[in-house]
Amino acid sequence: MDLLNAIVAIANYVLVPAISYGSQLALGALGVTLIYGILRFSNFAHGDTMAFGTMVTVLVTWWFQSLGVSFGPLPTALLALPLGILGCMALLLVTDRAVYRFYRQQKAKPVILVIVSMGVMFIMNGLVRFIIGPDDQRFSDGARFIIKAREFKQATGLSEGLAIKTTQGITIVTAVVVVALLFWFLNRTRTGKSMRAYSDNEDLALLSGINPERVVLYTWMIVAALATIAGVLYGLDKSFKPFVYFQLLLPIFASAIVGGLGNPIGAIAGGFIIAFSEVTITYAWKKVLGYLMPEGLQPEGLVQLLSTDYKFAVSFVILLIVLLFRPTGLFRGKAV
Amino acid sequence: MNETVKNVGLFALVGALILITGFMQSWNTAILILNMGLISAIMSIGVNLQWGFAGLFNVGIMGFVALGGLAVVLTSMPPVTEAWAAGGLRVLSGLLLGAATIAAAVIAHRKMRPGRTRGVVMIVILVGGFFLYRAVFDPGVEAVEAVNPAGTGYLGGLGLPVLLAWPVGGLLAAGAAWLIGKTALGLRSDYLAIATLGIAEIIIAVLKNEDWLARGVKNVVGLPRPLPYEIELQNDPAFVARVAGFGLDPVTASTLYVKLGYSVLFTVVLLILLWMAQMALKSPWGRMMRAIRDNEVAAEAMGKDVTARHLQIFVLGSAIVGIAGAMMTTLDGQLTPGTYQPLRFTFLIWVMVIVGGSGNNFGAVLGAMLIWFLWVQVEPIGLWLLQVLTSGMADANPLKQHLLDSAAHMRLLTMGVILLLVLRFSPRGLIPEK
Repeated sequence: MDLLNAIVAIANYVLVPAISYGSQLALGALGVTLIYGILRFSNFAHGDTMAFGTMVTVLVTWWFQSLGVSFGPLPTALLALPLGILGCMALLLVTDRAVYRFYRQQKAKPVILVIVSMGVMFIMNGLVRFIIGPDDQRFSDGARFIIKAREFKQATGLSEGLAIKTTQGITIVTAVVVVALLFWFLNRTRTGKSMRAYSDNEDLALLSGINPERVVLYTWMIVAALATIAGVLYGLDKSFKPFVYFQLLLPIFASAIVGGLGNPIGAIAGGFIIAFSEVTITYAWKKVLGYLMPEGLQPEGLVQLLSTDYKFAVSFVILLIVLLFRPTGLFRGKAV
Repeated sequence: MNETVKNVGLFALVGALILITGFMQSWNTAILILNMGLISAIMSIGVNLQWGFAGLFNVGIMGFVALGGLAVVLTSMPPVTEAWAAGGLRVLSGLLLGAATIAAAVIAHRKMRPGRTRGVVMIVILVGGFFLYRAVFDPGVEAVEAVNPAGTGYLGGLGLPVLLAWPVGGLLAAGAAWLIGKTALGLRSDYLAIATLGIAEIIIAVLKNEDWLARGVKNVVGLPRPLPYEIELQNDPAFVARVAGFGLDPVTASTLYVKLGYSVLFTVVLLILLWMAQMALKSPWGRMMRAIRDNEVAAEAMGKDVTARHLQIFVLGSAIVGIAGAMMTTLDGQLTPGTYQPLRFTFLIWVMVIVGGSGNNFGAVLGAMLIWFLWVQVEPIGLWLLQVLTSGMADANPLKQHLLDSAAHMRLLTMGVILLLVLRFSPRGLIPEK
């Protein structure tokens, strides 16, 4: 019984939050890695791209709510999501046309593009704050829980409860669907294959008649969709605050690099590695050890390895270890 | 147009902008802009050393600025003797244990043969060392933080003169930069960027959460000042008599006197650092740095140790940023870890360097003064602009109110637009590298 309780406690406090956070990071890291693979620079504006897409979704959600539209037990934001993606796509395509295309034609060095993306970051950050303000916004509605802790306890007779929030369930399902679609697109469709070819060997791809502008166009559109979905899922799970999205840049980059920049599978693996390490290291293990350890040996303190304020440090240390021992990432990313 | 004339003209323009602020708004605002502009100029020189001379992409400037600020607390605040008695030694020995653990793991990694044994030994050392460290460190921290938590609750500093904190800030930042450089330099440029971005966030997290060190988010206020307090001047009959001769009232005169005093101090530091950076740029060492930046492979073939030189300039540049950080905290008179934001302390400095002209020290100084002026003044200008644009709307119009409320966020937009415009149309900046 104690063992079962311990397992349920781990699932409740570690597995479920880490899986949903990992899915959000993975979607974000996929966007970073696609840009890196095809446009060949680290996009510092990615966090703010996520914030912009989410902001459009939040605004549309409020509009729907004022019209009385709802999605039953699911959050209204899911209905607004397609419009958010369209808004984000429009922004990214305009940015590409107005800013990035010039440097692509110049064949500018990647580090110049990184600095350019810093400028774009400032503008997007300013735009988001200008439109929706810098404060916390909550926009989730519908049913709060799929499984409630109390019902779980009654049904199983255990003393530990397992709660799964609707947003966590939606995050995991959406992430699986999106990743499946993305891989189907990259591996099965003609456009997807041309994107991979362009990423692997630009010259050869150009030689075989692939239109680079078309590849770039599709990349931005996919990135807009991924960034908006990641941002909305994160916002539903926690809350929407522009500055937090900017700070997500670090774990997202850590995920992409740990997995190997430019490698989509690596981005997903990296996202989960970072999320699981953050959650396990900042979780207070007192409860679980209380069930597992024999009477008398149970710990007195919280058994929390690091306080939650240091979660950035966790992603950073993992990043550093991987960079030191395997500089191209776990899944052999590319190096410009 | 002659290049020197153009450059002097650009500096004169910035000077004129500050003077206009003085006449139109107030001299206090103008000198405040000047002071922060001078500090920003020093930060820009540091970043320019790394990026302009050596092509190193450091986006962790905020962390080094914050370390400089920490140095002010650690050097100039009086020590809290009860806290030291309660747990000071325990905290220190805990930290030493932590450092020894990492050192032992590194030695094990170097000395032992690669294989499973080495991995196991390293994990044992790290995990065992971590728990040992926590066992020694945590009770010490608790004891220190329990001493008068509302007033102190930290170990305090050394009680030395505050001006000494400026070089100490440089040293602290240099130490951190050495650690980062040792691990992240030699990797690709993007990785250095991400590594520095991460370390800056961690430094801020440490400052916010380690209350025993500098009171965390409870802030350390009332830092010692290198200049007299305004109230002392107002009570000094000699000072009052002297300013009365100029026809000024003592309150305004005392604030101006203190602010101008800071301006003089900052200008002296800026001139010294600028002179050093110029000498470095012209020296054989500076030429070598630029050669490495332009073609690493060729420089390596000429027998230059690229990684070691990169480490050297990374440490030097970060030290300069640390000095500027210490100066800023001295000017503020308080350390408030909550106010360190990457957009303001990392990316804004980058805008300054790029706009001014990377690779040129005078460009960096000019860019810093100009961009800082804009950063401060865009807000009132934006507000005025929006008021003009919305003057036709009714006062109760929600759109008008929203626009006016959001005017504060105009500055981010403006900075982004300026950076992109400069990168596009004048990528070498206002005063290009020679």
